[in-house]
Amino acid sequence: MKNIAPKLPIEEYEKNFADLHPPLTPNSAVAEANRCLYCYDSPCMKACPTHIDISTFIKKISTGNLLGSAKTILESNWIALTCAKACPVDELCEGACVYNEKGEKPIEIGKLQRFAMENYFAKGSPQLFNKATRKNKSVGIIGSGPAGLACGAELSLLGYDVTIYEANKIPGGLCTWGIAPYKMRREDSLKEVALVKSFGVEIKTEMMVGKEIKVDDLIKKHDAIFLGVGLGESPQLSVTGEHLSGVIGALEFIEKVKTENWKDVPVGKRVAVIGAGNTSIDAATEAKRLGAEQVFIIYRRSEVEMSAYEFEYELAKRDGIVFHFLTAPKKIVGEKFVEGIECLKMKLGELDNRGRRRPVSVPGTEFTIPVDMVIKAIGQETKSSFLSSIPNLTLDPDGCVIVDYNTFQTANPKIFAGGDCINGGKEVVNAAYDGKRAAHGIDSYLSNQTKGGN
Amino acid sequence: MVDLSINCAGIKSPNPFWLASAPPSNSAYQNCKAFEQGWGGTVWKTIGEPVMNVFNRYGGLDFNGQKIFGLNNIELISDRPIEVNLKEIAETKKLWPDRAVVVSLMVESKREIWHEVVKRTIDTGCDGIELNYGCPHGMSERGMGAAVGQVPEYCKMITEWVTEVSTIPVIVKLTPNISNIQLPARAAKAAGANAISLINTINSIIGINLDTFELKPNVGGLGGHGGYAGPAVKPIALHLLSQVAIDPEVNLPISGIGGVSNWRDALEFILLGASSVQVCTAVMHYGFRIVNDMIEGLSNWMESKGFTSLDQVRGKSLPQINDFGNFDLLNRTIARIDQTKCIHCNLCYIACEDAAHQCIDLTPVNGHNKTEVREKDCVGCALCSLVCPVEGCISMVRIDDGSASKTWNQLIADFKNSGRPLTWEALAEFQHKHGIEIH
Repeated sequence: MKNIAPKLPIEEYEKNFADLHPPLTPNSAVAEANRCLYCYDSPCMKACPTHIDISTFIKKISTGNLLGSAKTILESNWIALTCAKACPVDELCEGACVYNEKGEKPIEIGKLQRFAMENYFAKGSPQLFNKATRKNKSVGIIGSGPAGLACGAELSLLGYDVTIYEANKIPGGLCTWGIAPYKMRREDSLKEVALVKSFGVEIKTEMMVGKEIKVDDLIKKHDAIFLGVGLGESPQLSVTGEHLSGVIGALEFIEKVKTENWKDVPVGKRVAVIGAGNTSIDAATEAKRLGAEQVFIIYRRSEVEMSAYEFEYELAKRDGIVFHFLTAPKKIVGEKFVEGIECLKMKLGELDNRGRRRPVSVPGTEFTIPVDMVIKAIGQETKSSFLSSIPNLTLDPDGCVIVDYNTFQTANPKIFAGGDCINGGKEVVNAAYDGKRAAHGIDSYLSNQTKGGN
Repeated sequence: MVDLSINCAGIKSPNPFWLASAPPSNSAYQNCKAFEQGWGGTVWKTIGEPVMNVFNRYGGLDFNGQKIFGLNNIELISDRPIEVNLKEIAETKKLWPDRAVVVSLMVESKREIWHEVVKRTIDTGCDGIELNYGCPHGMSERGMGAAVGQVPEYCKMITEWVTEVSTIPVIVKLTPNISNIQLPARAAKAAGANAISLINTINSIIGINLDTFELKPNVGGLGGHGGYAGPAVKPIALHLLSQVAIDPEVNLPISGIGGVSNWRDALEFILLGASSVQVCTAVMHYGFRIVNDMIEGLSNWMESKGFTSLDQVRGKSLPQINDFGNFDLLNRTIARIDQTKCIHCNLCYIACEDAAHQCIDLTPVNGHNKTEVREKDCVGCALCSLVCPVEGCISMVRIDDGSASKTWNQLIADFKNSGRPLTWEALAEFQHKHGIEIH
């Protein structure tokens, strides 16, 4: 990179990456819990993809039954601390809180869940669940992200021997590596990993399936396989200059930030982030908080079509991110290093096949923004080459693994899948749900096999 | 112009709000400060026999995060010498001639001792005397307080000792720790008392510390019953007040006490016949300043309803107090849910389903549950409307046309006159005739 943003004093980094939403104090948690109406068959519970019995866990906070509260949460969701911190609660549980309809502030469900889960981990994760009798059957799980962990935890308690294969040195997948540090630190994700391990799940790290162990061997070794492999790299922008030093994929950049060695993460003085999804916002705000002087988000469509949540957009604006809507990158300018990005203004045309208005370039509107770094955040590709190495999987046109949504079984009966690799990229909470449900899919598959005498 | 002034058995005050005989009315400093802030009167904290308090005196009952929903205490009568109190009472009355200064008394049950204390009290220039027959702890064990209030004969005897020498109005304060409140009230009347005040505190154990297993309040590891007060006792106080107010054998002015926290509570006491209302726990929680809202709120309410004097309000709800046997069995109300106001908390459903008559249906509509009352099965118990968190969402609607009416007493009389025994079958026939189905 040509112009690297000057390093900040260490306190400045810590301030910039401190909790965006500080935790509730014991007093404020009980006060907030008491405000909950204790709805029956509550809308918040229905809005939660894992259907946590929210009003019950909140009631338990109000009576001081904090272990019981954590148990209620974990019964539905093994990735509960991450979800408490990273879930888009405005869109899910808190958005469904009946107080919204009453014209009052919704219950701070995310913060209450965090309170219960942090207390649980602070107490040393006491064992709340009994394991079923050992079934002498083994399941191999590929990927230790939220889907894999949830599946592993559930299967382990059902009595299966579970091994998770993880390519990275540190497990946890996107919970460990992909969540902005001001929302959640790596150590929180690792507490959840440790909890899952405490049920007897073995996690083999630096074990890339297809490299360190062959896919076929893995399938032979286990009675069933769960794929929780997530997604892969950012796709190519396919513009000239993409090879220049200073161009980086959003996830790769965020992963560097998540090492928490703030001053070792190279960031340009002026940064352009391409795309306007939630990951783009994360990358942009993280670059700003690392010391970038100017950060731009460049997006082909308008504010209306942008996929980032409202609260993420607000955060970006608060951080001083400059948005260039109806703007597409045409060329990354520079000799060896990124020196600027040449853009073209767009206008919205006809609807595309997803019902969004297609951006159309306006000729002669080229302009160049001088930048030192370009972060590509236009989504993630599926791990197509890896998925194609697994026998008898079927993929949808977007490259996602097709499963039966009741059992999460793929076209290959021995193989199940969940999380981003089946949905193309959703929330942690969706992956947590998929993994848990898939465990039951696997359980009924293997139980039927036993009954059938195979 | 609204006039809030009252006259309770000859004791006048510019508004009905008096401090109850309790910690807030302990000293000249406190009573004068209260008067400055607008309190209409005070009942000076009980003076009398030498006492000594323990250090830990109060226990609070919190409810769902709300502090001091109830408060109990084991504090005794004034622990300052009677001479100091009498001097301060005289000074206070001199400074505040327009406010009611009533002095609460409790001494040993001896005629000459009562005569002496009454005379000394009258010499202060105070407006009235209140006899503390209610204190349920500490004093009752010494044959005073509730020990007197619980025995109508003692109540009459001691009241007579007071009235035979008193030249100022005498109020008898009753204990609620008795099965029939009318008996001590009648005894007071027979002994020449000028007014009744009630209730004193209720015998209670406020709670237990789950870590140490000690009672609250805890005095060096020991605890015991104390006097219970605060918002939680209001319904009990209202009931006992009404019992005295409707008793034709009593027929005395009443000063209402028990859980009054604001003007709304005070009004309920007045509507059931209280002339003045006495307040303690709310002051112990928030200070004397609460009287500002009490005066203003009551005035605004009176004005909005077109009342100019509390005489027009006092006892207005008493005629409605009646026996169950006189309630109309055919006055039918059912619950109706305003779907436009429903927030889908489903609390009405679960309350009806688990604890009432299973007549609310829950049907999924657009991702929500729609709650609907099955009207033919609704018994109109009103539980759903009570648990509903949205004002005006569930209303109890009358569905009979008023053409038929029958009370239980009338029904029994009908059976008696026709010579038929009251059986379940006969009752079902009556219900069926009037379209009432009990499942």
